[in-house]
Amino acid sequence: MSMPNVVPQQRFERENYLNQEYGIWSWLLTTDHKRIALLYLVSITFFFFIGGFFALLIRLELLTPAGDLVQADTYNKLFTMHGMVMIFFFLIPSIPAVLGNFLVPMMIGAKDLAFPRINLLSWYLYIIGGTIMLHCMMTGGVDTGWTFYVPFSSNYTNTKFVEAGIAIFIAGFSSILTGLNFVVTIHRMRAPGMTWSRLPLFIWAHYATSIIQLLGTPVIAITIVLVACERALHLGIFDPRLGGDPLLFQHLFWFYSHPAVYIMILPSMGVVTEIIPCFSRKRIFGYSFVALSSIAIAVFGFLVWAHHMFVAGMSVYAGLVFSFLSYAVAVPSAIKVFNWTATLYKGSIRYDAPMLYAFGFLGLFTIGGLTGLFLAALGINVHVTDTYFVVAHFHYIMVGGAVMGYLGGIHFWWPKISGKLYPEGWARLAALIVFLGFNLTFFPQFILGYMGMPRRYWDYSHMPEFQVLNVLSTAGATILGVGYLLPMVYLLWSMRYGKPASDNPWNAAGLEWKTASPPPTLNFEEQPVVTWEAYNYAELDAPPRMQEVPVG
Amino acid sequence: MAETVMGLHQEELQHPELLHHFAEPEQQRNAASLGMWVFLGTEIMFFGGMFCAYLLYRHWYFGDFGAASNSIDATLGAVNTAVLICSSLTVVLAVWSAQTARRALLLAMLSATMLFGLAFLGIKGYEYYQKFEEHHVPGPSFSFENVRIPRHPGEYANPRHAQIYFSLYFLMTGIHALHMVVGLGIFSWLLLMAWKGRFTPTYHTPVEIGGLYWHFVDIIWIFLFPLLYLIDRHP
Repeated sequence: MSMPNVVPQQRFERENYLNQEYGIWSWLLTTDHKRIALLYLVSITFFFFIGGFFALLIRLELLTPAGDLVQADTYNKLFTMHGMVMIFFFLIPSIPAVLGNFLVPMMIGAKDLAFPRINLLSWYLYIIGGTIMLHCMMTGGVDTGWTFYVPFSSNYTNTKFVEAGIAIFIAGFSSILTGLNFVVTIHRMRAPGMTWSRLPLFIWAHYATSIIQLLGTPVIAITIVLVACERALHLGIFDPRLGGDPLLFQHLFWFYSHPAVYIMILPSMGVVTEIIPCFSRKRIFGYSFVALSSIAIAVFGFLVWAHHMFVAGMSVYAGLVFSFLSYAVAVPSAIKVFNWTATLYKGSIRYDAPMLYAFGFLGLFTIGGLTGLFLAALGINVHVTDTYFVVAHFHYIMVGGAVMGYLGGIHFWWPKISGKLYPEGWARLAALIVFLGFNLTFFPQFILGYMGMPRRYWDYSHMPEFQVLNVLSTAGATILGVGYLLPMVYLLWSMRYGKPASDNPWNAAGLEWKTASPPPTLNFEEQPVVTWEAYNYAELDAPPRMQEVPVG
Repeated sequence: MAETVMGLHQEELQHPELLHHFAEPEQQRNAASLGMWVFLGTEIMFFGGMFCAYLLYRHWYFGDFGAASNSIDATLGAVNTAVLICSSLTVVLAVWSAQTARRALLLAMLSATMLFGLAFLGIKGYEYYQKFEEHHVPGPSFSFENVRIPRHPGEYANPRHAQIYFSLYFLMTGIHALHMVVGLGIFSWLLLMAWKGRFTPTYHTPVEIGGLYWHFVDIIWIFLFPLLYLIDRHP
């Protein structure tokens, strides 16, 4: 190599994406996928704590049987806005927009996503939607439930449904643009040698997620348009008095909102699929099965929506078909769980914080998935519809599954994102607190629901025997809250005071670990060429003397 | 090393539009084109919700939909269909002239496309005006009394069910028209860029993907026209 023409000035720190430019505009006008990921990280954390605040008020209200902390109308608004904020402004963008944004180009050896400006646009759309949602919440809020069923949302509620609808509509486009960027990037921007069968399974999971975002989100967008028009103009499309069909709304709504659950869980599965081989020091068991089960979940996920409507007056034969299909979607999910478990078998397992979250994910997702099968069974479904059993089930998937994976991923890639090591002891403690707090919060709700406590009630004074379990649940929610606050504190602390991270502190496979921590703005010093299979931990851990074979 | 730098430099000079994160112009064009195809996939799902509602109510209120559909001026719809098909032709010619570096033809074809688009919106607006005059706009002043159901003597259409037809008519054609307006915006920008001479045989991706979008909006109309105008016409 000849000397470059310009001798660089003496630097104490390598130039990377964090220190290349400073100032507010270098962030607000950035098109670097890594900086946009951090913008998303800050904004979704903000909404996570707003949603968590509503959850806290809900749990405080249910501490006592009487409806004494808030009034019924306020309670309706609390659970509505908890759901809307957590789903549309935290869970949907959580892993894809933060970890996916940061890692998809790095894992496939690209310099950026295919459309960097559209990536920034998607963040601005998210912020605009979020600001409208905040305004809506501060000026009265919504009480329709996050599902905003007609005819209540279209004809009766006098809260700000249309404003919340506009917020969700705009945030939906942000989600569509993220998915579009990922699909094009994964198809067109892979480094030389990065074939489809060498892609990390995180990429496969994000590819499947993007398909759902692309094909599902437009349907809820048009549903919101229809409900808003119905509300403003009384068109009659969903109003039975005018010849319309409220069930049509439910079909359209769940056509997006059931697959949306897979938007939340699939990326989390992708994260866990990266963590488990790394901390077991083994190649993932059944690579192609794990990869294709992601696609299978995305496809089957679109065929099960009406299991939310078994008691809504749908045809019983349709119910049978949807019940069967809902069982079928459990097959690819189970394939993943079995393959993760098989990967652990005879592995050299280390119990670092990301792995603790992955273990938590395994157990909690399995419980959430199996109780999903209870709910897919027509008979049990009738018994537990609209009870706390359903609430417990989907929180096991969305919090026990999606959020555990999210936290595991944040810890796993934190050295890469920030260039600093987080304090491992605190992180393990937080993972433990989250796991215990979570189970204490939501396991009693299974029992409550099975005993018949309905969801969305602010007062259960006619059933005081439910109080013990509700007290347990509220206590658990407090512990869970501490578990969520801790990582925010020590991760922020580590950005300033943490030990500098090496390029590959976990000795992990994957292209993102082959560049500096934090990475340079263009991700790699030179274009990587991939000549190895994914998860080649056997090669990584091979003793050094193996490589010293004399050339003959 | 120095040669590579020089080579890169020349590459950049040859392709000033090549963005930093693409390796070569071919990759950039493929990415843009795939991006537009994927986006059009989302658009199909967006319109799909309304087509789904249409199918349900057409099935439920078969005769009422026929009666309501017959109250719309099919001739204007047919003219609009012809206008849009012509505009698709001019889009194809615009892409071809961009590929073959015919700047004057490119400018002419882009302008012609926009003129066809404006003509479509004008005719559409006139149809809306007719519907407004006839009190066929859903809402408090909606009126659809004593309209016979075609080929069912003595039966009259239920105004409420007809109102659902008109709701869907205005929503579907309205959102389609909104896409036309966006298309006109895109084509104004393309016209400006073409005027500045930005498109060359090696770089004309915006014309191509703008054209894809325009064709898609046309195809939506090809489905809307028979479903809304032609379902119960008889000689």
